[in-house]
Amino acid sequence: MNKYLISGNSVIAEAAIRAGCQCYFGYPITPQNELTEYMALHLSRKEGCTFIQAESEISAINMVYGASIAGARAMTSSSSPGISLKQEGISYLAACELPAVIVNMMRGGPGLGSISASQSDYFQATRGGGHGDYRTIVLSPASGQELADLTQRAFDLADNYRTPVIILGDGMLGQMMEPVEFHKEAPENLSTKSWALKGAKDRPSKIIKTFTSNPNELEEINWRLFRKYRLIEREEVDYETYMVEDAELIVIAYGIAARIAKGAIKKARAHNLKVGMLRPITLWPFPFKKIQEISKRVQYFFVFEMNMGQMIEDVQLALEGNGEISFYGRPGGVIPTPSEVFRILSRQYYQKGLNR
Amino acid sequence: MTIKTVYKRPKLLKERLFHYCPGCGHSVIHKLLCEVIDEMNLKERIVCIPPPGCSVFAYNYLDIDMAESAHGRGAAVATGIKRVSPETIVFTYQGDGDLSAIGTAETIHAANREEKITAIFVNNAVYGMTGGQMAPTTMIGQKTTTSPYGREVNKEGYPLKMSEILSVVEGTVYIERTAVNSPKNIKKTKKAISKAFQVQIDNLGFSMVEILSPCPTNWKMSPIESWHWVDKEMVKEFPLGVIKDRIKVKKC
Ligand SMILES: Cc1ncc(C[n+]2csc(CCOP(=O)(O)OP(=O)(O)O)c2C)c(N)n1
Ligand code: SF4
Repeated sequence: MNKYLISGNSVIAEAAIRAGCQCYFGYPITPQNELTEYMALHLSRKEGCTFIQAESEISAINMVYGASIAGARAMTSSSSPGISLKQEGISYLAACELPAVIVNMMRGGPGLGSISASQSDYFQATRGGGHGDYRTIVLSPASGQELADLTQRAFDLADNYRTPVIILGDGMLGQMMEPVEFHKEAPENLSTKSWALKGAKDRPSKIIKTFTSNPNELEEINWRLFRKYRLIEREEVDYETYMVEDAELIVIAYGIAARIAKGAIKKARAHNLKVGMLRPITLWPFPFKKIQEISKRVQYFFVFEMNMGQMIEDVQLALEGNGEISFYGRPGGVIPTPSEVFRILSRQYYQKGLNR
Repeated sequence: MTIKTVYKRPKLLKERLFHYCPGCGHSVIHKLLCEVIDEMNLKERIVCIPPPGCSVFAYNYLDIDMAESAHGRGAAVATGIKRVSPETIVFTYQGDGDLSAIGTAETIHAANREEKITAIFVNNAVYGMTGGQMAPTTMIGQKTTTSPYGREVNKEGYPLKMSEILSVVEGTVYIERTAVNSPKNIKKTKKAISKAFQVQIDNLGFSMVEILSPCPTNWKMSPIESWHWVDKEMVKEFPLGVIKDRIKVKKC
C-alpha cells in the first residue's frame, strides 16, 4: 500500500475524497487552510463534485445542509472562531437528522485568540455546541494515520446515524507531516439516500423541517433524537489504552495532547514510574465505562489538556468521586513539551507516594 | 346548459385552511406558485426552501418537496441542493427580513456566483411573524413596533432596494418587481414567476421575483386599505416592473 507524506490538513481532505465526499464548502481560516486548498485543487474538478469557497462559515454550513438534503456526502472545515459561526447550522443538521462532517482544527481562544494549536473547544464540541438539545459524534485524531482513518469513519457514522459528526483536531495536527496510508477507497456508488429531496417523482411530496407550533410534536422529535444518541453511546465508544496494565497513575488525554503525553510516559517508564494512559478517541460518546473499569484498580488520574480543564469534567463524571484527579493544562495555543509534562507528572507520582 | 369552469383550486394546493391573516399576500402567492408549478409540469423536479417567517408553514399548503432553511440562509441552502442535483429546480421563498436583512450576504453571493436558483422575495415592509417590527424595507415614516415614531432616515436609514442592488450583480439574469394587490398585478406576478422559473430551467443564472405583499395585520389596516397602500405608498419606493432582463444576452 502506498504511503503519502502530506500535511495533516491535506490528509483529511484526501481521506474525505476517498470516502466519497462529493461536496466541500469552506471559508479561509488559519490553521486549516491547506484542507480548503487541497479540496480546491482535487475535488473541484472531479466529476459530479462541488467545491465552493463560501462568503462566510455560516453560508458554508448551510451549503452543507443543502447538499445533505440532496443526498450527497458533504463536508466543511474551519477553526475555532469559524466553528462558532457554524453552530446554528449544525443544530439544524442535528434536528433534521441529516449527515454531515465538520472539521474543527482548533486554535487558541477565546475571541480571535491565536492561530496556534489548542484544545479550547472541547465543551463546544461535546455538548452539542449550538442551541437546542442535541449531540454530535466527536472524533479526536492523534496522528496523521488517524486523521485519515477517522475521516473515513466520520462519513460512515454520519450516514449510518444520520447525524453531524465533528472531527476535532488542532492546528498542530493540521500542519504535521507523517507517512499515511489510505485504507479505504471511495465506495463505488453510495446508496441513494431515502430522505433526499429532488422533486416529488413517483412518490408523495416530502418535507424536511424542524419548526412546529406543537410542543408535543417537538418533544417526540427530541425523544427520537435521544433514543438515537443512547444507541450511539452504546455502540460507538472508542479509545486507546497505553501501558495501563500495571499503571499506578493513569494519564487521560486526547488528540495532540495525548501524543505529547505519550512522550512524557515513555520518559516516566524509563525512570521506572508506572504510568499509563487512556486516550479517548470518541470524545462524544465519552468512554465513561472504561474509566470506571480502570478506577476499580487505579486510584490516581492525571488529566492533561491544552486548555484550562474541560474534559476533566467528563472524567469527574466518570469517576463519581472514586479516585483522585490532578490536572495540568496549557491554554492559549501554548504547546507543552513531553519533558514538561513528564516533570509535572513525576512530581505528582512522588507526592502521592506511588514510588513506594 | 354547459357549465364552464372559470376557477378551481390549484391541483398542488393542499386542502387545508390557510393560517394567514385575511388579506395577506402570502396566500395569493402560494396559490400562484401552485398554479405555475403545475402548468410548467415541475412538481416532479422542484424543491422549495421556505424561511422562518409567516410563511414557515408553506409546507402545509404546497404539495411539493420542501426543506426549511435557517433565517436568511435560503440562498446558501438552495446552492447546496442545486450543485448536487443540477436537474432539480430549486427556489427559495423569503420574506424581506429574511432576504434583505439577515440573509443579504447569502443572497448577493449566490447571485454573484450565478447560481441557477430562483428567489421568490415577499416584501411586506415589516417583520410579519415576529409581530410587525421594522424591516430594511420599511417605508420612511412608517410606524412599526420598533419604529414607533415612524422610520427616521438619520437613525434607521432608507428602504433597502434589493432588486436594484441585485440588478448590478453580474450573475443575475432576470429580476422583476410585482405586487399582489389587484387582479391585474396578480396576473403579472404569475407571469413573472413562470419567467423566473424558465430562466432556471434554461440554466441561465439567478432569477428573482420581488413581490410587494400586503400585511394588513401589522400595517394596522383593513385588507382593502392595505391593497391601496401598496399602490399609493409602497410603489413610490419600490417601483413595479422588470428591473433586469438578460435572458436574450445569456441565450446567445
Ligand atoms: C437566527 C434567527 N433570528 C431571528 C429569528 C426570528 N424570526 C423569525 S421570522 C423573522 C422575520 C420575519 O420577517 P420576514 O422575513 O419579513 O417575513 P414575514 O414574516 O414578514 O413574511 C425573524 C426575525 C429566527 N427565526 N432566527
Ligand atoms: S402577519 Fe402579515 S404577513 Fe403574516 S400572515 Fe398576517 S398579514 Fe400575512
